Amino acid sequence: MPITTEDVLRWITQTAQVFHEQRDYLTQLDAPIGDADHGVNMDRGFRAVLDKLPSLSGMDIGSILKTVGTTLVSTVGGASGPLYGTAFLRAGMVTAGKHELDEADVIEMLQAALDGIKARGKAHTGEKTMVDALEPALAAARKAQEQHEGLAVLLRRAAEAAEEGMKATIPMQATKGRASYLGERSIGHQDPGATSSWLLLKTLAEVAD
Amino acid sequence: MKKLINSPETVVKEALEGMAAMHPELIRVDLENQIVVRADAPVRGKVGVVSGGGSGHEPMHGGFVGRGMLDAACPGAIFTSPVPDQILAAMRAVNGGAGVFQIIKNYTGDVLNFEMAAELAQAEGIEVASVITNDDVAVEDSLYTAGRRGVGVTVLLEKIVGGLAESGASLEQVAALAKRVNEQGRSMGMALTSCTVPAKGSPTFELGEDEMEIGIGIHGEPGRRRVKLAPAADIVEMLANPIIEDLGLKAGERVLAFVNGMGGTPLIELYIVARELARILKGRNITIARSLVGSYITSLEMAGCSITLLRVDDEMLRYWDAPVLTPALRWGI
Ligand SMILES: Nc1ncnc2c1ncn2[C@@H]1O[C@H](COP(=O)(O)OP(=O)(O)OP(=O)(O)O)[C@@H](O)[C@H]1O
Ligand SMILES: [Mg+2]
Repeated sequence: MPITTEDVLRWITQTAQVFHEQRDYLTQLDAPIGDADHGVNMDRGFRAVLDKLPSLSGMDIGSILKTVGTTLVSTVGGASGPLYGTAFLRAGMVTAGKHELDEADVIEMLQAALDGIKARGKAHTGEKTMVDALEPALAAARKAQEQHEGLAVLLRRAAEAAEEGMKATIPMQATKGRASYLGERSIGHQDPGATSSWLLLKTLAEVAD
Repeated sequence: MKKLINSPETVVKEALEGMAAMHPELIRVDLENQIVVRADAPVRGKVGVVSGGGSGHEPMHGGFVGRGMLDAACPGAIFTSPVPDQILAAMRAVNGGAGVFQIIKNYTGDVLNFEMAAELAQAEGIEVASVITNDDVAVEDSLYTAGRRGVGVTVLLEKIVGGLAESGASLEQVAALAKRVNEQGRSMGMALTSCTVPAKGSPTFELGEDEMEIGIGIHGEPGRRRVKLAPAADIVEMLANPIIEDLGLKAGERVLAFVNGMGGTPLIELYIVARELARILKGRNITIARSLVGSYITSLEMAGCSITLLRVDDEMLRYWDAPVLTPALRWGI
């Protein structure tokens, strides 16, 4: 079963709910190694996305994702605004004109999103950022595609890998973003951005299920 | 929380309204885009100089908008970077056809948002150049950090580069001088108290009566180390010596010495800091060619200070001395 335009809209809507519910949790994660605003930032951004939702019906998937991207860029601020904004803008570029996404399309979309984040933030795996959740998620998705397990399984594998990647940020020392100022004191804390990335993928997997 | 505010949600907006009401001859405030623009912008043929960042550092940056300094400032929420739309609106408003120069402090959020705005402006045909200030010696500049934070040098750079831009220099010349100022300046700060972000309502960290934080940034965050409170003479040694070493200042050299208050420290104490700094510099035979003393880059109501030393050359001094007419800095006019 491909991902439809309706699925994408449901994904966006549910993500907004998830970020609203997890707002304090994400912010608490950002307190010891950042500036205690990640949940506030994501909630603000996705609430603005929700406001745009009525204007999105009837659009193709690429246009929906691009609108999400521009909205996040103009409302989130901080480091995560440009990073997630670029991710959605790039995802929207490779899905332009589409009303359905098959496995190959989904992988292309995830790859474009990850490339966008890496191009903008210049982070690699192991630096305690959202890249540590997204990079393994993409690898797991590719593996599932090779094994022809279907789109729902592919997305579930991606979400599971993102969760593992997120947990793997705990023992890491941050070398990018605000957390890097803490040096070794950043060790022992889970990265808030990796956590929000996991939530995004987990919600997508739930929608596709 | 005890603050002179109406409501935590409207702090930035209402402060901007206050500025607009008091300085109409110098600045224009565009509340919709949340930007402060010089009253006569865009100035034809002049490079537009734009800066911005989180609010809470007043008078930086909005207080430095006006003739001879910034053409526009984009204040974000308190301690949060502005968004690209805001920055783009500011760049459009000050583009007089000679390009726009961005002054960015080195924080990932600021850097990324200004970078996106630059890309959008370039796509509209606006020529853009930028400098990223990174003068805080408290942070190690290594592969293991996002690099040094931009602090006190930003103020000096905005004045000097603003003076050059006012003289009709090209974008290339403005960028070259900005790079040099940033390379020749270093800072370090300390806190006696934390500060309270209005939206949060409680102090960012707690400090005992007999404690202080050395190596703080400007976002109310704790510093590099917490130590016992000491006399001003010792505190200034702790701040000035790392700066002098990092800059490699030698006997016979000239500096611009900037003693900055963090928002909650009175001028009388800042002058004691200045006294100690002068003593240390004299002992090393370093000349104070120019100085600035006061609270110019702050962290809300935090008590404490920062010291910035800038190794100056004749060109920097010429544009430091050049006329400036802004809400917070005025001379030569
Ligand atoms: N260079 C980078 N590349 C990828 N991800 C990054 C980078 N820098 C930070 N991040 C991610 O951003 C998250 C923090 O986002 P947040 O919304 O809290 O912005 P912020 O860093 O506080 O911005 P600001 O300092 O302007 O307030 C981190 O947990 C990390 O995952
Ligand atoms: Mg943060």
